[in-house]
Amino acid sequence: MDMILGVPIAVLAGQLLLGVINGAFYALLSLGLAVIFGLLKIINFAHGALYMLGALTTVVMFDAFGVNYWVSLFLAPILVGFVGVLIEYFLLRRIAHEDHIYSLLLTFGVALVIQGVLTNIYGVSGLRYSMPDVFRGGVNLGFMFLPYYRAWVIVIALLVCFGTWFMIEKTKLGSYLRAGTEDSQLMQGFGINVPLLVSLTYGFGVMLAAFAGVLAAPIYSVSPVMGGNLLIVVFAVVVIGGMGSIAGAVITGLLMGVIEGFTKVFYPEGASAVIFLVMVIVLLIRPSGLFGKEA
Amino acid sequence: MSNPVDREYEQLRISGLHAFYGESHILHGINIVVRRGELVTLLGRNGAGRSTTLKAIMNMVGKRTGSIMINGTDTLSCAPHQIARLGVGYCPEHRGIFASLNVQENLTLPPVVRSGGMGLEEIYNMFPNLYERRFSQGSKLSGGEQQMLAMARILRTGANMLLLDEITEGLAPVIVQKLGEVLMKLKAKGLTIILVEQNFHFAAPLADRHYVMEHGQIVEEISADELEAKQSLLNNYLGV
Ligand SMILES: Nc1ncnc2c1ncn2[C@@H]1O[C@H](COP(=O)(O)OP(=O)(O)O)[C@@H](O)[C@H]1O
Ligand SMILES: [Mg+2]
Repeated sequence: MDMILGVPIAVLAGQLLLGVINGAFYALLSLGLAVIFGLLKIINFAHGALYMLGALTTVVMFDAFGVNYWVSLFLAPILVGFVGVLIEYFLLRRIAHEDHIYSLLLTFGVALVIQGVLTNIYGVSGLRYSMPDVFRGGVNLGFMFLPYYRAWVIVIALLVCFGTWFMIEKTKLGSYLRAGTEDSQLMQGFGINVPLLVSLTYGFGVMLAAFAGVLAAPIYSVSPVMGGNLLIVVFAVVVIGGMGSIAGAVITGLLMGVIEGFTKVFYPEGASAVIFLVMVIVLLIRPSGLFGKEA
Repeated sequence: MSNPVDREYEQLRISGLHAFYGESHILHGINIVVRRGELVTLLGRNGAGRSTTLKAIMNMVGKRTGSIMINGTDTLSCAPHQIARLGVGYCPEHRGIFASLNVQENLTLPPVVRSGGMGLEEIYNMFPNLYERRFSQGSKLSGGEQQMLAMARILRTGANMLLLDEITEGLAPVIVQKLGEVLMKLKAKGLTIILVEQNFHFAAPLADRHYVMEHGQIVEEISADELEAKQSLLNNYLGV
């Protein structure tokens, strides 16, 4: 069997693939966080809970109403995104003029409430969700076996990330977002309904999280606590990438997934810690993050 | 389009305006009336409260009390975007060019609030430099280009009352002269303009009236034809 650095190529490629998949989730989630942070200037601690809500909605809608995966892919983000708009409108907006630390704590509280209520209903043991039949099996690439669903996750996640980047950097609507990120008060002084834009932006960031949740449902264990662990890693990714950049969030997400995958091959014990190690190093050398604007 | 301007029409009436930033009380009972087509200046030393007055009109300060009537409606409970949609165009002290947007994106960012604004072509004719640089990022512009853009940006929206804060500050004489010409044209079109200005020589030939501010109050109102008689008083207030 072919080896690289004493490791079979198939093993290396397999871990790399898992890394890219994890990276795709990190990218989607940190992208949503970056979009929200840009306009609202808060770190959305509810992000993990809303990701979980996307996955759980998918499972529950299937069990209760037979709603299939493809419908969920659109419906769950829309429903959860609407929950996001309600959170912004009824909670975050009330304290938006206070120090942002309060908003941050509020999103943390919202996450605990959502997670707590759903744990009471569904427990923590994980619900089953089977993937659509078209995704069963995979293709042998010669050096590794590529399951169809994993390939799909990578492709669709990258497409959504690219679409979001394009929307923000190249369209009129995106120019509102960029301008609002710089000076939302002045934007409003030009006649743009900034409060509405804030609601929709929060809703959109939440939709990205919920979309990641739907993608996760067939491959990760779906339970009310699934968001909590992931979010801690995603926060590390955000710190590494820096809050300033949309493309930076995506690239850092993918990169960290890959680094995690490599570490699993060469030093498995360190895999769960490597992202935090990178975070510490980046904080020491470049506190505003790899893509962040220097303060 | 060429309806004669009703020069008695009160476009702006500020009465007993107090404004605060958090706990600090900045404006202490301001009264200002501006009629349609007038060009009025707010003069005063640094820190007198001129920028705060413009911001208070836009609802961009903390608490406000008193009344600010625009076209006869009280706007004290209006959000900034609703005030802009009454036809108010605000050019802030530091120009407020968005660095992450290019020139054209900056220019087309503010929505059209009234009909009768200038088209893109007309604007590029007035500011040929902006046309040449239309795909440059806002962060790459010179001070003069930024100021031209900040002016052009509010002309496109059809706003008929402009609040201009120190538009000549730090600019080369040729650019200041260009801005003077632009203001003359806008005045001829019948736009109402409130100009905060350090450069009295720039403002004097353009203005119909001057309000002098000190410590957050209006201390003197001088019309253009009284200017000569009150010059020494004015110099006193401005500390020149
Ligand atoms: N954002 C702010 N917060 C608190 N105080 C402010 C703020 N902006 C201005 N001030 C204070 O308000 C007063 C008036 O300022 P300003 O309106 O900018 O004066 P001017 O434009 O006439 O130079 C000054 O004493 C200034 O220190
Ligand atoms: Mg000022």
